[in-house]
Amino acid sequence: MGSSIASKETYEKKILDRFSDKLVDSITNLIDKVKPGWSERNKSKIDEWKLMFYAFNRSPPGIIGAILIISFILIGLFGPYVAPYSYREFLYIEYPDTYLVPPGSTVTITNKRGDIVKVFNFPLGTDKYGRDLLSLILYGARVSLIVSLIVILLGVPVGILLGLVAGYFGGKVDEVIMRITDIFLAFPALILAIAFASVLPERIRPIIIQSGILKQVFSVFFAADVRDAANFAPILSVILAIILVWWPPYTRIIRGSVLSAKENLYVEAAKALGVSTWKILFKHILPNIISPVLVLITLDIGSVILMEASLSFLGLGAQDPMVDWGKIVYDGAQYFPDRWWLVIFPGLATFLAVLGWNLIGDTLRDVLDPRTRRSIEFKVKRGKAEEK
Amino acid sequence: MIKGMKTLGLKRKILEVKDLHVHFYTYAGVVKAISGVSFEIYEGETFCLVGETGCGKSVTSRAITKLIESPGKIVKGQVLFYRDGSPIDLLKLSDEELRRIRGREIAYIFQDPTAALDPLYSVGYQIAETMVAHNTATWKEAFRRAVDILKSVLIPDPEKRVKNYPHELSGGMKQRVVIGISLSNKPKLLIADEPTTAVDVTIQAQILDLLRKLRQEEKMTLLLITHNMGVVAEMCDRVAVMYAGKIVEIGTVHQIFKNPQHPYTKGLLKAVPNPLIKIEKLESIPGTVPNLIFPPSGCRFHPRCPRKLDICDKKEPPLIEVEEGHKVACWLYVK
Amino acid sequence: MPEPLVRVENLKKYFPIKGIFFTRAHVKAVDGVSFEIYRGETLGLVGESGCGKSTTGRLLIRLLEPTAGHVYFEGKNIFKLKGEELKRFRRKAQIILQDPYSSLNPRMTIFEIINEALEVHNIKVPDKEEFIVDWLRRVGLERHHLYRYPHEFSGGQRQRIAIVRSLIIKPEFVVLDEPTSALDVSVQAQILDMLKEFQRELNLTYLFISHDLGVVKYMSDRIAVMYLGKIVELAPADELFEKPLHPYTQMLLSSIPIPDPEYALKKPKVKVIGEPPSPINPPPGCRFHPRCPRKLDICDKKEPPLIEVERDHYVACWLYAKK
Ligand SMILES: Nc1ncnc2c1ncn2[C@@H]1O[C@H](COP(=O)(O)OP(=O)(O)OP(=O)(O)O)[C@@H](O)[C@H]1O
Ligand SMILES: Nc1ncnc2c1ncn2[C@@H]1O[C@H](COP(=O)(O)OP(=O)(O)OP(=O)(O)O)[C@@H](O)[C@H]1O
Ligand code: SF4
Ligand SMILES: [Mg+2]
Ligand SMILES: [Mg+2]
Repeated sequence: MGSSIASKETYEKKILDRFSDKLVDSITNLIDKVKPGWSERNKSKIDEWKLMFYAFNRSPPGIIGAILIISFILIGLFGPYVAPYSYREFLYIEYPDTYLVPPGSTVTITNKRGDIVKVFNFPLGTDKYGRDLLSLILYGARVSLIVSLIVILLGVPVGILLGLVAGYFGGKVDEVIMRITDIFLAFPALILAIAFASVLPERIRPIIIQSGILKQVFSVFFAADVRDAANFAPILSVILAIILVWWPPYTRIIRGSVLSAKENLYVEAAKALGVSTWKILFKHILPNIISPVLVLITLDIGSVILMEASLSFLGLGAQDPMVDWGKIVYDGAQYFPDRWWLVIFPGLATFLAVLGWNLIGDTLRDVLDPRTRRSIEFKVKRGKAEEK
Repeated sequence: MIKGMKTLGLKRKILEVKDLHVHFYTYAGVVKAISGVSFEIYEGETFCLVGETGCGKSVTSRAITKLIESPGKIVKGQVLFYRDGSPIDLLKLSDEELRRIRGREIAYIFQDPTAALDPLYSVGYQIAETMVAHNTATWKEAFRRAVDILKSVLIPDPEKRVKNYPHELSGGMKQRVVIGISLSNKPKLLIADEPTTAVDVTIQAQILDLLRKLRQEEKMTLLLITHNMGVVAEMCDRVAVMYAGKIVEIGTVHQIFKNPQHPYTKGLLKAVPNPLIKIEKLESIPGTVPNLIFPPSGCRFHPRCPRKLDICDKKEPPLIEVEEGHKVACWLYVK
Repeated sequence: MPEPLVRVENLKKYFPIKGIFFTRAHVKAVDGVSFEIYRGETLGLVGESGCGKSTTGRLLIRLLEPTAGHVYFEGKNIFKLKGEELKRFRRKAQIILQDPYSSLNPRMTIFEIINEALEVHNIKVPDKEEFIVDWLRRVGLERHHLYRYPHEFSGGQRQRIAIVRSLIIKPEFVVLDEPTSALDVSVQAQILDMLKEFQRELNLTYLFISHDLGVVKYMSDRIAVMYLGKIVELAPADELFEKPLHPYTQMLLSSIPIPDPEYALKKPKVKVIGEPPSPINPPPGCRFHPRCPRKLDICDKKEPPLIEVERDHYVACWLYAKK
């Protein structure tokens, strides 16, 4: 039995494993085209990637999470383009019958003679302006996606950079950075964000309105009409507000890891070779401490979506006619529970997106740790050997 | 008189290990940590297990009282402990019976004294605790005896030190306290697993001195595990040399150092720089210690052996006696 | 006398111990050492754990800034070097560290690790890969090891990789900080011989740090013995072992277990008294006096100077000094 476990046999591959192997192979082929011989030189790394996918594939919660977030991302990217109606189609103005219809309704419009003029399908119902709820949720997904991406792309690097600097240089630099971090951490994040989000829009709005390029860029980002440019400001303020409260935990985690990572002798060896400080930080220290941060990021995207929804729910984010998930719930809340769909569907969307990121984060925690990764691999192999 | 010879005469076994196998079931595969280890220890002697990292010394010593934890498993073998001349197989005893023997008749000292002491209790309490746990003394008596024990392991100011907590002691002192604890029940067999690896040479000299003195005074048998050939030469009567989970040579300290037979023993002795001799060039053993998941076939040393024969990678050499009390597992000596 | 390659003058390094608001005390890791290292020789540095060997080694290649004192390398004070000059010094003075398990970045392949050394110093060779493979072969590794990660190697192999990383830029002076103490004896011998080989071939100067006296004796031409941040004795290797003068050296030598059972029976014994005190508040006068079997009246009052009592044999002990 022993040797069958130990031998370098490749594990049995399920469909998912074959798919992930193909994925890795095609990525490496692509890199090979740019840099010939790359896969040859990075064989160990590629095998490790495949093993990571293999371990990931053994985790049902991870797979559910992956399905959820892939759907979330696809909906966020393409949703606005496939939405049956635009968020600006206020059908209620022309057709009062579309006012707050329940899910699955078909509204038939007839003219005075009784001829059918138009037929509207509303799978998820409509809101008080007669807007299609399904379309609103699709548009809202885009806002959630963009907000979480921008927060992560801007907030996390700031946090990481400050943490690296504080941890590596120590002394006065460390004192100053960490005391500021402490101050930010001492305020409840939501309250701080509310404070920022309520004062910022007035400052941002003129900038956007006066700049043609910004208008264009953000209208693409939010899949919104340029006419709503003035309404970009509150969403952007929410983004800024979240970034402002988002970096401190990263700074603290990174600083702690740097403190222990810089004791590694390879850092000392690099110093002795005369490697520059920033190269030591980014080549020798950061790659060795980044895994827990990646896990935190995935878990955090869920929280960003939630916080953005909360701020919108408080009326600070998207303004009419723009929508995001929090805003739809906010508008629908006054009709709850009679017109339940206005709260339940966007709420469900938020819930699933957040759940997806959390499931992925928890699985990544295991997959990124080489030790648990191996033990997942071993358990499967041993199970197989015992069956024989 | 030649060291080690005296024990050959009085042949009263205290421990006999027979064909012991221990495996570890790890993610990378099954580590065959020791495979077929057999040796005996006689009453009153100091027996050494010597070998490089990972050769299975600690596993062997722990397996003696079933101190192997998951993912490890004792796969096969017998450990006979002679109590008043009659053997009992320790591996067949229940955990409760073993616990009574461990600490009372067989005591352990490990490499890291800090891990062996509980930081929350004074050293006096910890010494007394072992005696009370094995019902050899009442609390009151045990506390009084703790002072004597500290005195016997040469700790200055024992009356004050009993009240100290582990962090108030230096590494050398902690190791002496650990020795004191293990001696508190006057064990018959003391198993010391690299007791001086974590301390400096001068402290090592003190601790070895102490062990030597205690062994004489208490008439204990000592199983000493080390990777330091110097310590072997200074402390032991008989020696077993281990390589990759097997014993390759066993004999008196004099036989091993003056007349080594196994190519590995020879290489090991030549690889240690003796500071008293002028050495032009050290001889090294090529290659590295094998992976115990896939141990080499036949003699496990064959990939590194300078005198390898054809048969060596095919069949395992038996452990045969080449002179009285001197056994070697090597095809060069099989007729 | 030739000009020494490295001259150390009254070097000190104190590490602060932080209290809540201010520095409470200092660890006097290195407390006024002076010595010289000549081109092509190996100076051994021995002593017990915490006596300041590694700190001395790190100061010598300026991985630490000193509290006081100077180190001259080829006549220049290394603590005054800046920019290009400092870089040139970094190329000439290298270090090989104790623990091969932590001295290689686990996220970089062997090629990347060694290549970094070449890149930092702008060393241009026609075919980098070939050049590195050549060096790997010299330490017994192969081409197929080039793109592996450190965790795929044994301790001995990693130490060889570390050796290549340090030597490929052709330094003149190398600090070896216990390069074999994490390795097995059979592997230790391979590495020691390899280091000797390279020394001859590249005309290297070594500072060899170890607490294993057998290894230091094998490697060194001269040996300095450290105790609590000070050098107590410095002598040619053979002489130190034949005629140790300082009571601490004598205690140290008699403590080494000798791998010879017959010698063990007749070995002269110097009883070891006490344990080394903490370097935070070292004893006044001679730091060894609380443990010294031959202590004089003056010993706990005044510090003994390091003086040459015989040719090239220096001792810091009142038994040999004029008071
Ligand atoms: N808990 C464990 N899990 C997996 N393998 C183990 C475990 N404990 C020991 N081993 C393996 O068993 C073998 C023997 O280990 P052992 O600790 O006995 O070595 P040793 O001779 O005491 O070495 P050292 O000098 O390093 O203490 C090693 O190859 C080791 O990898
Ligand atoms: N960065 C540091 N901060 C504070 N104290 C330090 C630092 N580095 C070393 N020390 C202290 O300085 C003293 C000397 O340390 P050093 O590492 O030089 O000893 P060593 O002789 O190399 O010992 P070893 O044999 O254990 O490596 C020790 O007491 C140590 O605790
Ligand atoms: S100076 Fe005095 S105390 Fe120090 S070693 Fe010499 S005799 Fe001993
Ligand atoms: Mg061990
Ligand atoms: Mg050191």
